[in-house]
Amino acid sequence: MLDWTRANLDLVRELTINHVQLAIVPILASFVLSIPLGWLANRNRVLRAVVITGGSLLYTIPSLPLFVILPILIGTRVLDSLNLVVALTIYGVAVMARSAADALASVDRTTVEASTAIGYSPFGRFVRVELPLAGPVLLAGIRVVAVSTIALVSVGVIIGSQNLGYLFSNGKQRGILEEVVVGILMSLLVALVFDVVIVLLGRVLMPWNRPGRAGRKRAGLVADPATGGPAVPAPPKLDKADAGVGGGDA
Amino acid sequence: MEFLLSALRWIADPANWDPSATTPLPIQARLLEHLRYTAVSMVIAAAIALPLGCWIGHTGRARQLVIGFTGAMRALPTLGLLFFLLMVFGYWLSYDTAPIVGATIAFVVLAVPSILAGAYAGIESVDRTTVDAARATGMTEWQVLWRVEVPLGLPLVLGGLRSATLQVVSTVTIASYAGLGGLGRIITSGIGLNDYDLILGGALLVTALALLLDGLFALAQRLTRTPGVTDRRPAAARRPRRSPRPHASKSA
Repeated sequence: MLDWTRANLDLVRELTINHVQLAIVPILASFVLSIPLGWLANRNRVLRAVVITGGSLLYTIPSLPLFVILPILIGTRVLDSLNLVVALTIYGVAVMARSAADALASVDRTTVEASTAIGYSPFGRFVRVELPLAGPVLLAGIRVVAVSTIALVSVGVIIGSQNLGYLFSNGKQRGILEEVVVGILMSLLVALVFDVVIVLLGRVLMPWNRPGRAGRKRAGLVADPATGGPAVPAPPKLDKADAGVGGGDA
Repeated sequence: MEFLLSALRWIADPANWDPSATTPLPIQARLLEHLRYTAVSMVIAAAIALPLGCWIGHTGRARQLVIGFTGAMRALPTLGLLFFLLMVFGYWLSYDTAPIVGATIAFVVLAVPSILAGAYAGIESVDRTTVDAARATGMTEWQVLWRVEVPLGLPLVLGGLRSATLQVVSTVTIASYAGLGGLGRIITSGIGLNDYDLILGGALLVTALALLLDGLFALAQRLTRTPGVTDRRPAAARRPRRSPRPHASKSA
């Protein structure tokens, strides 16, 4: 029991560190790249269709061949880990661009108009009003991207990338079930740690969004059916916005 | 661009569709295998996830549990799961059946979270006043589910099936690592032979297949939309696009 693990602790640690390094760049890159794309998507319907459909198209490319083809397209060496990073960034952006578009669209129009009225420049308003208010939906999106990126890194072993996926292929070749299981568990652990870190970062950066007891009662937890995943506190302002428009008539 | 054209020429070459061509050809045989694995896995996954999702959406029970569960499933690396299942079933089953059983289970596990999320989100998205009205007119719980919630929530339910299909179609590519067929066979042969026509051609075929199925689901979603139903969920959860679907998570 656990003989293999005890004998290979160094290998597991080294692969885990590589795995984390390979995952972190695509996650950060897809977050940063998705913001301007989300902004573009909210300019008009045509741009929105381009961003959303483009994302869906990129997402349908199966990962295995993309890993292999990328060296030809971007001129890297075949076994360069950059191929993996670029491929994962493409998938991350494909998902995140849509999240960012939805997040920015969810910001209350009256709030945006009010910030224009008190003198924000368009750029200042975007950075200091719209982006923070889009935060919770962005957070939900990047959690999905982070978790699936970490799971996907392991497919990179097929193109010689040294990550936890190595334990899958090596374990299968040598018939060591324990090695495969350790690979799966470590991959899940890395995903869990990333998820916790992102949620904590969200709490630090968006203190108004902390799910305190009162806040939870007021807003109620609404699962984002789009991500099927983490529950995000429902922005209470939205219903008020609808009511506000109707209330004017009454 | 040169490579792309060459791969397209490879796909168009009738010799590669000749039934007597050697493995990994002919193309149509791999294409059919690919579709068969996808269909079988999707049917099994839907048989598990649709009733469960409807139950959760209807009763509101076990919701948090399922949200957590689907999130955790997303973190599961499919390649690892596939190899794990192949080894485990390798002990019990014969040399022929272990790969197909193991691979099918891996794909089912991949498809279940999206279908489940779509199903409960679909049922849940139905306006509560509508549901209460249905109850008030004397419908039984079954009738409320079948005649009100399912028809109204159908586009979202289909959205779940749509993203699950997309994931499974592209992930079935790794079935070749279990010694099975499918379009992945063409790609892995290409990797082995360093033949970019095979790699890129296979990738284009998988992508085309995924787009075709995605298009069919998009159409089905549009056709099943109940006229006059507006989306009353909070805007954070609202999808502005026409044919809503839950986010997929990429697995391979």
